[in-house]
Amino acid sequence: MFKGNFIDNLPKIYGTYTGGFIVFIILMAIAEQAGMTAKTIGILFVAFTVCIYALIGYLSRTVQVDAYYVAGRQVPTVFNGMATAADWMSGASFVAMAGGIYFGGYTYMAFLVGWTGGYVLVSSLLAPYLRKFGCYTVPDFIGTRYGGNFARFCAVVVLTLASFTYVTAQINATGTIASRALSIPFELGVWVGLVSILLCSMLGGMRAVTWTQVAQYIVLIIAYLIPVFWISNKSGFGFFPHFMLGEEVARLGDLEAQFGLVKNAAADIKAAGVPGGLKSIAVSHAGVPEGGMAAWKFISLALCMMVGTASLPHILMRYFTTPSVKAARKSVAWSLFFIALLYTSAPMLATLSKISLIDPNLPTGIIGKPIAEIMQIEWVNAWINVKQAFIADFNGDGILQLNEWFMRGDVVVLATPEVAGLPYVISGLVAAGGMAAAMSTADGLILAIANALSHDIYYKIIDPKADVRKRLLVARALLIVIGAAGAYIASMRITSILGAVAWAFDFAMSGLFFPLILGVWWKRATRQGAIAGMIAGLASGTAYLIYVYPKFMGNTPWLGIDHLRFGIIGASVCLVVMVVVSLMTEEPDKATQQMVDEVRVPSGKTILGKQH
Amino acid sequence: MSNKEKHWEKTKGLMIITLIIWFVFGYLIFMFGSDLNTSSFMGYPLAYYMCAQGSIIAFVVLIFWFANRQEKIDEEFGFTEKEDD
Repeated sequence: MFKGNFIDNLPKIYGTYTGGFIVFIILMAIAEQAGMTAKTIGILFVAFTVCIYALIGYLSRTVQVDAYYVAGRQVPTVFNGMATAADWMSGASFVAMAGGIYFGGYTYMAFLVGWTGGYVLVSSLLAPYLRKFGCYTVPDFIGTRYGGNFARFCAVVVLTLASFTYVTAQINATGTIASRALSIPFELGVWVGLVSILLCSMLGGMRAVTWTQVAQYIVLIIAYLIPVFWISNKSGFGFFPHFMLGEEVARLGDLEAQFGLVKNAAADIKAAGVPGGLKSIAVSHAGVPEGGMAAWKFISLALCMMVGTASLPHILMRYFTTPSVKAARKSVAWSLFFIALLYTSAPMLATLSKISLIDPNLPTGIIGKPIAEIMQIEWVNAWINVKQAFIADFNGDGILQLNEWFMRGDVVVLATPEVAGLPYVISGLVAAGGMAAAMSTADGLILAIANALSHDIYYKIIDPKADVRKRLLVARALLIVIGAAGAYIASMRITSILGAVAWAFDFAMSGLFFPLILGVWWKRATRQGAIAGMIAGLASGTAYLIYVYPKFMGNTPWLGIDHLRFGIIGASVCLVVMVVVSLMTEEPDKATQQMVDEVRVPSGKTILGKQH
Repeated sequence: MSNKEKHWEKTKGLMIITLIIWFVFGYLIFMFGSDLNTSSFMGYPLAYYMCAQGSIIAFVVLIFWFANRQEKIDEEFGFTEKEDD
């Protein structure tokens, strides 16, 4: 069936895989009709997909350095696009984004713009040049362009800080989903999640992660799109929701005016005993808040997310795996295309979910109806029992008002299929999709950290004479250590105080953005400048974060730059310090300038050798 | 000016145009969000539409366009990569 080499057969292999997955979904649907319990379906969905990923991970095992670090540089553009999309879209994107839009409306959607626009920077400023450079890791570029182990070391520090902030949240998400689907305690779920993650990456490094990420993308996109289209069609909102929900968005505006957007006082919420993390709708869905400050908050958040995207090593390193510079550029475009399939669907899911719940004219609507009646509904009961939803009758009239219905953001993705009356097989599918999203991102992040430590610290700094076997052994050992550290922190349930996912973007942009782009675009940038920039950027960004974050010092943010946006401070300081110090120090030597010239030309040999 | 320098000049020019378009769809239009929202597109309020779909689609198209333009520039100066590189 599959003649010739693996790469030529990719479309066939993944086509068969996709077909197989769809057959599996249909079998589960039949099994549900035949009386299989919801619990069994959930277990089968998660177990089946994880076993497939582990199998791919095993088949991709390798003992070669370039296969381990950059998948042998032979990943075709479209497949690398899918792998990057899975690498990029985390458990949070999958489970929490629609919920974020549900509660935050237009204001929250700055994240959508920010998490997509960054790819324009990646393609025009960085990816093709880093590919031409031929590095294995991001600090590899910094270390070679600027020269010296200290510059390399600083880049590793920024990379580790940014990626580790992100990875605990991902392991946490795999733990949550595993524990729910397999009915095991959360602490155990975290370790089950970690083992699944390591199965995908341990034996084959980047090569194994690449091919599992493609498989994970296929599962997560199917799991996200099927419910959106199904709900829209079943409830009669339109055949193709993306083009047909204009009326529903307008209707939400009318309903908001009718019910009133009431922001509950914190004291009332506390008195009613609303569980932590649950919210009620208090922000307009599509309305734009008035004023310059609101507009600035929108664009400053988008800016941080965009610049952060272009500095996150686990994303940049995906473009080291393409066969050519040209392919790296095209691959960025495909990545964003695959990401856009999910991101443009999230607002539609949020709209569908909201209209289903709050329109009293719809059979699924609960707002404006007697609370006693609502409590009879099965899904309401189920989610209230697990403290994911809550009803607080503030005015005591026995009727549910908009501000009296509380739920957690995740419920939008997890419960909307149930609310719309879809079969349980869809909920099982969604669990498999969430697991795929969280696992693929965790794999990319853990690999980015372990590769930087094994290649840049161990091989380049500590033991440059180490042979291939030893290097790969160290790389794998580090993978386990870092994964275990992430899982240990996640299992202590302290992720809420570790801060938002947005912090990873701010850390990365504070320390890495300007050293990376100026390394390509400004020949005059010197080693001293880059080192000073990385240290000053990271230090000032972190100091500002401590200064404004409510759980630390909690001072009033300056110009609306709060803890989600501290990268603006860090990156600005980094730029100024790097330029000033570079100009004060002697310009880079001839060899370095020639190297920069070479990077700018796509043809010819890479700067660093195929094996280094 | 050498061939390499001319190639880099054109590459820089394309980068700047790309970033201007990026700035328009990523920032400029959202500075006027509330004005934008008074008009509508396919029934959606315009500012809402732009962040839900419009700008995202614009970014995808922009990167494909950029990649093709850059390939043409590389070709023009004879810097196209050989398949066996």
